[in-house]
Amino acid sequence: MYKSTLAQLSVALESKKISSEELTRMYIERCKKHNDSLNCFITITEEEALKKAKEADKKRASGTGGQFTGIPIAQKDIFCTDGIKTSCGSKMLDNFVAPYDATLVKRMNAAGFIMIGKTNMDEFAMGSSSETSFYGPVKNPWDTSRVPGGSSGGSASAVAARLCPAASGTDTGGSIRQPSSFCGITGLKPTYGRVSRYGMIAFASSLDQGGPMTQTAEDAALIMNVIAGFDEYDSTSTEEPIDDYTAKLNNSIKGLKIGLPKQYFDKNLDKNVADLIEDGVKELEKLGAKCVDIELPHTELSIPAYYVVAPAECSSNLSRYDGVRFGHRCNEPKDLSDLYCRSRQEGFGKEVKRRIMTGTYVLSAGYYDAYYLKAQKIRQIIRNDFQNAFKNVDIIAGPTTTGTAFKLDEKLNDPISMYLSDIYTVSANLAGLPAISIPSGFIEKLPAGIQLIGNYFQESLLINVAHQFQKITDWHQKIPKSYE
Amino acid sequence: MSLDKSEIQKIAWLARLAIDKDDIPSYCDELTDILDLMEQMNSVDTTDIVPLAHPLEVFSRLRVDNITETNQRENFQKDQSKTKEGYYVVPKVIE
Repeated sequence: MYKSTLAQLSVALESKKISSEELTRMYIERCKKHNDSLNCFITITEEEALKKAKEADKKRASGTGGQFTGIPIAQKDIFCTDGIKTSCGSKMLDNFVAPYDATLVKRMNAAGFIMIGKTNMDEFAMGSSSETSFYGPVKNPWDTSRVPGGSSGGSASAVAARLCPAASGTDTGGSIRQPSSFCGITGLKPTYGRVSRYGMIAFASSLDQGGPMTQTAEDAALIMNVIAGFDEYDSTSTEEPIDDYTAKLNNSIKGLKIGLPKQYFDKNLDKNVADLIEDGVKELEKLGAKCVDIELPHTELSIPAYYVVAPAECSSNLSRYDGVRFGHRCNEPKDLSDLYCRSRQEGFGKEVKRRIMTGTYVLSAGYYDAYYLKAQKIRQIIRNDFQNAFKNVDIIAGPTTTGTAFKLDEKLNDPISMYLSDIYTVSANLAGLPAISIPSGFIEKLPAGIQLIGNYFQESLLINVAHQFQKITDWHQKIPKSYE
Repeated sequence: MSLDKSEIQKIAWLARLAIDKDDIPSYCDELTDILDLMEQMNSVDTTDIVPLAHPLEVFSRLRVDNITETNQRENFQKDQSKTKEGYYVVPKVIE
């Protein structure tokens, strides 16, 4: 049963093959058994989950249950959960119990999903390896000497090891797609503004976007149907009408035009990954899609632009952690400045401090035009590149990552090398476009994903293409042996 | 572009981050490397480009002036280690 998708679990619960309580117990037992080795959960909410599972069974028995009533899932620890510790992977929030639910959490709870835990992540979502967490590094279930990617590494690792059937993630520069690729699962970053950011702890507000991390594209569609849509509590939430994301799953992709950006198959890309992506593209061609070469000429500039915009917004957003109202407070501060400076020194980890420092510098008097304004102009150029490309193609396909999961500690003390590994994912965030990573094969027993990027609000099309791909491939069904 | 010790200390103060003296050299090196990476942006001329602050068109939304939420002081001050009689306790500011 633990291998089931959300779609299958919904049917199993409806047909009374299993109760929500049994299902929830099973997943919690798996979490407890494997969390020591994977470290993918910061909090396991056993008591609350079992209580809710019993309620869910009653609801189903009385005929008032819905499609998702009683299905266990996990939430990334960046989402506020009422009455439950919400740490964002940081010592700063180690003692923080959120006083309200994030909109994404609220909607998933209302739909009947049962949260069994909060997943580990890079501190404040800053990282590409899930090693910067105050709670220690997350491990990749395909090889526990390797990283699961990040920042949503806990969610990716947990879904890959089937400790939960699906989880939430957030993506500021690839934090849903890159760990999905490294762990062999499906991860969708929706269009900016499609999913509410209310109660999602802010990192870089003009880039952050929450989304589903699942086994299949169909499950991503199911979760999107719950979490997507306007939210008056998020000023950047879009009023653009939402789709029924499952409606187009089975559409034929015959005649679909797919663009392959020349710049995504460059010197940065591992040869084996390049071959694997080419094979993946051939599968799409078998389904009737037509592939053409395209140009995204300023791809390389997306890294420097991103590493200006993201730290700048981070330094501004994280100024709220001052030790006064919530979060870590230093002992016996001698004055107000000491309270601020020392609480922040003690509460933040190395990478977060590095980014706050970078962001503070680029926003400081005299440097704004040279860095932040320049980066915003590059951002416009990158957006224009995509818009030009979408005049001729329906979607864009390429690798999600330059290689497969790297070793723990390999890049931790080399920030530049870590930053450069985000080359294929950050552009979609800068432009605000939706993108999905789906399992596309293995290289030396490690999974790698193919990335599909769509035009604004084209999530349904991405999910449709991904679903068609998953109908003729079985990479998404593979489970690491130690967790079978 | 290379940052020196005094610049690192100035940035740390602006960011209200206490930093250990021993960490200053590594901050100098790392931030210098990061700024070097950013220099790549100068390889394109952006004179006539309109900066993109936000991926979607954003506008300020108005709502009807009704009471929607009430104050939740007690809920927000559950962490009593920082509060006293409904106020946040901080070091003395006025002598």
